[in-house]
Amino acid sequence: MSEHTIRMTVNGREMEGNAEARTTLVDFLRDTLDLTGTHVGCEHGVCGACSVVMDGRPVRSCLLYAVQADGAEITTVEGLEGAEGELSPLQDAFWENHAMQCGYCTPGMLIATHALLSENPDPDEDDIREAIGGNLCRCTGYQQIVEAVKMAAEKMRKG
Amino acid sequence: MKAAPFDYMRAASIDEACRALAEAGDDARLIAGGQTLVPLMAMRMARPSLLIDINGIAELSGISVDGDHLLIKACTRQADALASDIVRDACPLLTDALSHVGHTQTRNRGTVGGSLCNADPSAEIPLVARTLDAVMTARSAAGERTIAAADFFDFAMTTALEPNECLTEIRFPIWRDAATGYGFHEVSIRDSDFALAAAAAQATLDPSGTCVRLNVAIGGASPTPTRLGPVEDALTGTDLSDNAIEAACAGIAALVEPQGDVHADADYRRRVVRVMAIRAIASARNGATS
Amino acid sequence: MDGDFKFVGKKRRVKEDRRFVTGRGRYAADLRLPGMLHVAMVSSPYACAEIRSVDAGAALAMPGVRYVLTGDELFDHINPLLSGLDLPNVKRVPLARGRARYAGEWVCAVVAESRAIAEDAAELVEIDYGMLDYVIDPEEAIEPEAPLVHPEHGSNVLFDKTWTWGNVDGDFAASAHSVKYRARWSRCSTIPIETFAVTASWDPGREVLDVWASIQMPKYPEQIARGLRMPVNAVNVHFDIDVGGSYGLKRGIRQTIIVGYLSRKLRAPVRFIEDRLENLAGGEMHGPDRIFDIEMAYDDDATIRSIRIHATDDAGCYPGRAPLQLGKPVSAIVGPYRIASAQYRAMSVTTNKTSQEAVRGFGQAPTNFAIETGIDRIARALKLDRDEVRRRNLVRADEFPWRIPSGSEYDSGDYHTVLDKVMKAAGWDDLLAKRDALRAEGKLAGLGLSTCLEPSGGNSSFEPLFNPKNDTTTWMEACLIKVDMLGGVTATINTSTSGQGHETLVSVAVGETLGIDPDRIRAIHAESLDALPSNSPVGSRMAIMLGGAAAGAAKKIKQKAMEIAAHNFQLPVDRLVYDGGDVHVEGNPDRRMTWLEIVDIAHRRYHDMPLGSEPGLQANFTWEVPTGGALPAEDGTVQMYPCYAFEAHIPLVAIDRDTGQVEILDYYIGHDCGTVINPDIVRGMTLGGIAHGIGAALYEKFEYDRETGQLMAGSFMDYLLPSSHEVPPVEIVKHSTPSPLTEFGQKGSGESGYLGAPAGIASAVNDALEPLGLHLDTLPMRVRDIEKLINGREQ
Repeated sequence: MSEHTIRMTVNGREMEGNAEARTTLVDFLRDTLDLTGTHVGCEHGVCGACSVVMDGRPVRSCLLYAVQADGAEITTVEGLEGAEGELSPLQDAFWENHAMQCGYCTPGMLIATHALLSENPDPDEDDIREAIGGNLCRCTGYQQIVEAVKMAAEKMRKG
Repeated sequence: MKAAPFDYMRAASIDEACRALAEAGDDARLIAGGQTLVPLMAMRMARPSLLIDINGIAELSGISVDGDHLLIKACTRQADALASDIVRDACPLLTDALSHVGHTQTRNRGTVGGSLCNADPSAEIPLVARTLDAVMTARSAAGERTIAAADFFDFAMTTALEPNECLTEIRFPIWRDAATGYGFHEVSIRDSDFALAAAAAQATLDPSGTCVRLNVAIGGASPTPTRLGPVEDALTGTDLSDNAIEAACAGIAALVEPQGDVHADADYRRRVVRVMAIRAIASARNGATS
Repeated sequence: MDGDFKFVGKKRRVKEDRRFVTGRGRYAADLRLPGMLHVAMVSSPYACAEIRSVDAGAALAMPGVRYVLTGDELFDHINPLLSGLDLPNVKRVPLARGRARYAGEWVCAVVAESRAIAEDAAELVEIDYGMLDYVIDPEEAIEPEAPLVHPEHGSNVLFDKTWTWGNVDGDFAASAHSVKYRARWSRCSTIPIETFAVTASWDPGREVLDVWASIQMPKYPEQIARGLRMPVNAVNVHFDIDVGGSYGLKRGIRQTIIVGYLSRKLRAPVRFIEDRLENLAGGEMHGPDRIFDIEMAYDDDATIRSIRIHATDDAGCYPGRAPLQLGKPVSAIVGPYRIASAQYRAMSVTTNKTSQEAVRGFGQAPTNFAIETGIDRIARALKLDRDEVRRRNLVRADEFPWRIPSGSEYDSGDYHTVLDKVMKAAGWDDLLAKRDALRAEGKLAGLGLSTCLEPSGGNSSFEPLFNPKNDTTTWMEACLIKVDMLGGVTATINTSTSGQGHETLVSVAVGETLGIDPDRIRAIHAESLDALPSNSPVGSRMAIMLGGAAAGAAKKIKQKAMEIAAHNFQLPVDRLVYDGGDVHVEGNPDRRMTWLEIVDIAHRRYHDMPLGSEPGLQANFTWEVPTGGALPAEDGTVQMYPCYAFEAHIPLVAIDRDTGQVEILDYYIGHDCGTVINPDIVRGMTLGGIAHGIGAALYEKFEYDRETGQLMAGSFMDYLLPSSHEVPPVEIVKHSTPSPLTEFGQKGSGESGYLGAPAGIASAVNDALEPLGLHLDTLPMRVRDIEKLINGREQ
């Protein structure tokens, strides 16, 4: 089996680690780079808990080997807050709306909707539900998540 | 759910990928989007000894019009194809079908060619390829060949590609007549699930409203996407009235060989695929007349 | 009522959420310990097989592999796990020993330096199996010739008892009509997105086993200690681990025993994180699997006089607490209705399927669905509106407390008002018009109604009712509050939290009692070695019990502060007023002692303390569940669960008659859980509960192949969780009938939504099918089931 030295830009920082070819991106982020905010839920691409942004697009990091992301730019939930630790409008809206309970799917939800708002600053209910259609949540029934995204979008539009 | 050990290489060109395939033998696999292969490997239902990554190959990505065909390079992301105005203009049936493929995140990685090579009987892109008689181009170290959709899908999850071949391009014929419409209908349990049954249709009407050209195929109800030749024949030359469609589709059950699984039994698929075909043809007619 | 409080019931951000939105939750899988080893399981591929031999030689020869644990070895060093029933001959074991009894059962645990290596090695463990006969269907399992799941037990029936409360036969004889039907709740569960994860680390220096786990279970440290034959004070469970959802299910005692044993054996931290395949097949997280045969007796005016329920529940292979899920429904066996008598036959059956575990509602959601099915049938038979039949039978507001035939007293409620409010808010007549308009277009459409109870507070008297050898009547919860030298308030939670927002609950309860802003109060999770007693967040009990314990401890603090002030003012306590931490003389707000002064005296100035009093400012309070503390009576009547929340569901659905697809167009719920402590938390739980209910009603089933005994829904490709597309927006109509039994009038809400949604959706689907003369009483109502009912006969 091949071992690889993998370099990627994660949340704006150059990072490097070694991994077997079979190490998925999510395991690499969590185990090698110690970024445990990204969660593992199913490891077969259904639940979306492991969502990260790769080169501008949200993807499932369990369906990608870390070595495939060599050279890529990755954003994880840890990269959403500001330099001084201030919450992004989206994070703040998730908090304000209690868009979670156990918090386990939350990083994936934030990543999916962060990506949505980067593309579409004024999403409607259907757009939001489509954006999180591949992210399963067992606690909330999704409604407070949708409300949070709407609130964040409005705040961001108003600047 | 960790994959069995394997070696990995990134191919810089199609030729490099083909050479690596030829050298590695049958245990090597190409990886494109990986949205099907990676879960299978995680479950150790697939265990290639070598993965040849073709994601970075520039010549495998792109969308263009090539004469009478829409040309999509095999590694084009499904999300890019879905968002493409070129695809929408040349082959709106494919755009519609792509909107049913997985969801945003899997489309961001999944490729058009990957879906074809995977040949899931329920998958949307193979169904469109079969409906429109797309032509696949495959390359190996030995050379290049084209394969018609009719010959491409051998069985469920099995294509005519040799283990040492790489799918490089897909050409979807463009129907240029103005009075052309399409329809894509599928039934799935949840919004983003694989179809239990699906149908795609594309039709052209003449100025009098008579159908002069009709392609119809179904998915999910046979081991491979299946063209409904008898239905096409019966309806070509008619006005595609609801009654005509209903009558032509009455015998669909005899044309399909559905398999049952945990989600739906064969009888369900047999009954519902007829409904999907009727809806797809009706949508195609409505599109052609509007 | 909510208006009387300063903090209770007010909009407040949930404390826990800040760490979750920044990716700083600390889940069991996030823990890293030096030298940590990883476990992967070898699972039985057969539904039932003798384990003739295990050859781990090739696995152990792999580089990086440290150990292969067999069921035989483990069994010799542990005590069998607790069972809810009295079943001495059914041994519940973490790893199969001698015989594997279901497909996916864990047979060996492989330990390696990485999880990937452990999986590689697991493939190399050679097990010689001898295939045996098995039984999958619970009704086949009780046939005389059925293969025995536990031959030592001599039968596949684990429990079979009938209770008759009141004059059931007489009431049936005196009634003009009766309805008899079967309702089927299929095996499903509230499976969380986080699987079960646990790390155990034996510290030979301290001689303590540290455990970090995604756990939600009463008496977890005690069960670990008993299983591993250790003193409880040698086990330290770190309750500050965030649990990624549980809804009743996270009870990984088998997993913990395995890693605990291995950690002591191998002198290293050992971690097991179930992967999704291990979780769904062998994690024993399946829920109730129940057949109801029901009869109801009623009069021309729709008065329901009596009910007979025969529930057959498939517990799967190992009966832990699962059979007791037949017991909780005794607490609300007649639903919210004034039914005078009831007979209940509860039968628990074992089969060669994965073991059943506790699921949100602990058997109440299936029972509510089964009862509601009958209410709708009576309405149909009498050609009465479904709400009218309910109105005529619901307990009236002026009748509380209301004692039901099985002995429980419902504390309070105003069911008619809640039903009126939600029907008005939903526009019941408008929804009927919308339904009829859809029907006029040739579509199938149906409006549903269900009215259900959520027994809450966790007075789990089903334990002694189902097992006379178990005389537990204590279901307590505790809280320790410490006021530090600078006046900061810290309160403990003595169990782990899986999304319920206990830190917020405790800080609001303490803040309300002390008059201090909850944002300034810290609530922490204790470690089990310094924790007070807790019964964990089960039975929809924490708002009631932890809220009550926290308020009780805060009252002690408040009392002590008053006494310190009284001593220094040289006045009796009843002349003083407590004012947000400060204390002033009645009628003279300027004569005041501040919180900081009082705290300073308590911590530093013993000379200013009342003579002989305890220094410092700290208090703990341990509370027994209200109405708890009594064993069942001779006639099987028993008080269970102090508080009863009520919910009324109104969904409108449309069904594609050609495909069987159900679309939920509108969804309303009327909900009364008494005083709400945090509105966002209660709302979220209700919405999430409805989502679980939609899954149970339409999508989720652990399907087994009867012929092969294999689980057919072993991944998320086949076990289908509802996504944002399947769960519609829901409007909640609130009402509050405070409970007279609790600190603030709160009732439980942790199971809300789930307890009535399946019944409501079933009601809607059946309303849609009624014009075709069809009905469906089996959940889940999958597309194929509905389509087959409509179109299948044509073939």
